Amino acid sequence: MTQGSGEIIRTADGMPLGLSLQRTLLRSRLRALMLVIPLLAFLTVTFVLPILDMLYRSVDNRIVASVLPQTTVAIQAWDSKSTELPDEPVFEALVLDIQAAHEQKTLGRVGRRLNYEKPGMSSLFRKTGRHAKRITEAPFKEQLLSVDKRWHDTSVWRLIHRESGALTGSYFLASSDLRLDDQGEIALQPEPRRIYVSLFYRTLWMSLLITVLCLILGYPISYLLASLPARTSNLLMILVLLPFWTSLLVRTTSWIALLQTQGVLNDLLVFIGLIPDDARLQMIYNKIGTIVAMTHILLPFMILPLYSVMKTIPASYMQAARSLGASPFTAFVRVYMPNTVPGIGAGCILVFILAIGYYITPALVGGRTGTFISNFIAVHISETLNWGLAAALGVILLALVLVLYLVYDKIVGVNNMKLG
Amino acid sequence: MLSPDKTAVYNDYPKCRAVITGCQSLQVSASDDKESAKGDIHMKHLIQAAAAAFSMALLAGNGHAIDLTIVSWGGAYTASQQKAYHDPYMAENPGVRIINDDSGAEGLAKVRAQVESGNVTWDIVDMVAADAITACDEGLIEEIDPDIWLAPAPDGTPASEDFFAGTLTPGGTNCFIPQIVYSTTFGYRTDAFQGRQPSTIADVFDPETFPGKRALQKAPINNLEWALIADGVPGDEVYEVLSTPEGVDRAFAKLDTIKDQVIWWSEGAQPPQLLADGEVVIASAYNGRLFSAIAEKNQPIAMLWDWQAFDLDGWVVPKGVKDLEAVKAYMRFATDTQRLADQAKYISYGPARHSSAPLVGKHAELGIDMKPHMPTDAKNNKTVLQFDYVWWADYRAELDERFNAWLAK
Repeated sequence: MTQGSGEIIRTADGMPLGLSLQRTLLRSRLRALMLVIPLLAFLTVTFVLPILDMLYRSVDNRIVASVLPQTTVAIQAWDSKSTELPDEPVFEALVLDIQAAHEQKTLGRVGRRLNYEKPGMSSLFRKTGRHAKRITEAPFKEQLLSVDKRWHDTSVWRLIHRESGALTGSYFLASSDLRLDDQGEIALQPEPRRIYVSLFYRTLWMSLLITVLCLILGYPISYLLASLPARTSNLLMILVLLPFWTSLLVRTTSWIALLQTQGVLNDLLVFIGLIPDDARLQMIYNKIGTIVAMTHILLPFMILPLYSVMKTIPASYMQAARSLGASPFTAFVRVYMPNTVPGIGAGCILVFILAIGYYITPALVGGRTGTFISNFIAVHISETLNWGLAAALGVILLALVLVLYLVYDKIVGVNNMKLG
Repeated sequence: MLSPDKTAVYNDYPKCRAVITGCQSLQVSASDDKESAKGDIHMKHLIQAAAAAFSMALLAGNGHAIDLTIVSWGGAYTASQQKAYHDPYMAENPGVRIINDDSGAEGLAKVRAQVESGNVTWDIVDMVAADAITACDEGLIEEIDPDIWLAPAPDGTPASEDFFAGTLTPGGTNCFIPQIVYSTTFGYRTDAFQGRQPSTIADVFDPETFPGKRALQKAPINNLEWALIADGVPGDEVYEVLSTPEGVDRAFAKLDTIKDQVIWWSEGAQPPQLLADGEVVIASAYNGRLFSAIAEKNQPIAMLWDWQAFDLDGWVVPKGVKDLEAVKAYMRFATDTQRLADQAKYISYGPARHSSAPLVGKHAELGIDMKPHMPTDAKNNKTVLQFDYVWWADYRAELDERFNAWLAK
């Protein structure tokens, strides 16, 4: 801020002008910051921190070490590669831990946690908890082995050994259809249990398809809205907004009434003789149902940004192109369309990001082939209570969206986007 | 458990709110006084008035001294609880106000969130037994001593013996107070088949004799058991067979035979709707929902009770509720013999006490005898699948994945 040549300009109190300006600017920035501090604090407490806490659960593994503190220490002395069972001190530590945990009612947690990795652990810990209080003196090993034969299985001990750290990668492995096998090597899940990779893939391509469909359907409507005289276009706009304001559940259920095999559309097709009565089309509870219902529900999110951008394109552009000899098609493609790119970008991003996390519509009309990854996140949050796995799936979904956003930025440019 | 002094603090909470409203009106009058510019007198007035308002609040506080937030499933089910438990309890205890919260479907997840964050706003939660086992395992809900918490039967039988055997301790846990026995069973459209009507579980898995779509719950639970029974496994050996990989394969192979014919439901309201719409001809559903479709809405649906899967629904109490004594008092009332029998006037779920069964009477509005519609009725429970919670706790994660992978193929 200083002058290139000559002496430094100073303010009345002798301070260099540049410094003074900087201070003033800083002060006004601070004032601005003060104004948004309540909002920032609110967002941090109610939004950022809970999300970070939830994301941390995808690697959090404190449960084993906190419920079985002595065992997790003692078992470090055991060679997890060996085919021998651990020695007496480890058994003693486990028995004492289980007795304490049974007393404090925390044993169920560790059983459930380990059961995610190995079926049967839940009942093993529950059963051992009931019997462990009878074991009061050495030899702990023999007595514990007699409680349940599964304690003879070294893979159980390897599992405890493996999951005794404070962090775990097993949720992320599970959400990529991988697992750690008994030797601790990363392996594919057995074929009948692989679901998440194909679900992510399905969520992605169906969301993309829904976005494209919204664009194809929304573009002409927006064009119509933007080019018609205000009276007609306002009326049409209401037709766009009415469903937008209608409850999501109502719209989803209406699609069920329309598309089901005994529904309106099938009845109509049978009535006009296009299909026989015994071969009604299955248009809902599958991918078609999800795609149709979600395209309809998300369409306004495409139309509104497109419309607001198209509204700003002066009609004279097209007239100028025509007067310079372009055919209507060329004028549209070379002049009008490039001007709508910011609206296309905004609409596509909006629809795609909403679609990829959509939950209730796929749950209701998706049947067995049209559900999304979000439906499984919901199952793990509210039914199986496996929040670690739900968090890992959520992190992967978030990462996928971010990667796609960056790709989009590279190709189209985010600054090009216009939301209205 | 709350220490007594802590309980006292919490007890005062609703009264404090009354004081706050009192204080607000005081401040208004105080600002009017400002004109007189007598600060100390003004202060004195304020304190006097506050004290007066406080004692007023203490007296008036009896109006709603205690709020109990009770979480249940909404719809007809909550309505039956309102009429059988909440309304009579509030009539007897004018100081208690019961607030219904219909988030039963998220009960487990929200109880965990509340207990982990130390901000428990729910007092009593209605849960199915399997969820109660999970919550109890995780240490999220209070343990219950039935003979202290619950009223004995009218003849003096202690609660621990009056409730059906094992229902107070599902899966070896002791946090659950059962209210009802419900069953997941089948309904079929009476106009769908000529001649013989479906009557056994094997008929459900026989699309040749009984053509048409079926609706099944989108979960491995019950479906795997039924598939095995339909495939000829005796009912009491189902879980033994399912514990082997070959048994699981066999169950899925049986489900394969009708896979193309199945619409999968996830909400309890769906299967009666699918039946009513004619979208499916046979559907698994909760028996109370089927009853309401048949008896209250006169749909052409009939029950198929063969191998109905018994399950329990009941109360749990999150750890760290504000007023455990108030919760206990309500619980003792709402789970006594008469109250459980009363609920059956409004919905066709069986009361979980032996002593309630003879008291089950007629539907409160329709006037029909409820006994033949109960899953526990002798005509209906000839074959019953006793749901094995402990087994499912072990295998749920694995079979859920396998089931969903199977569905997606």
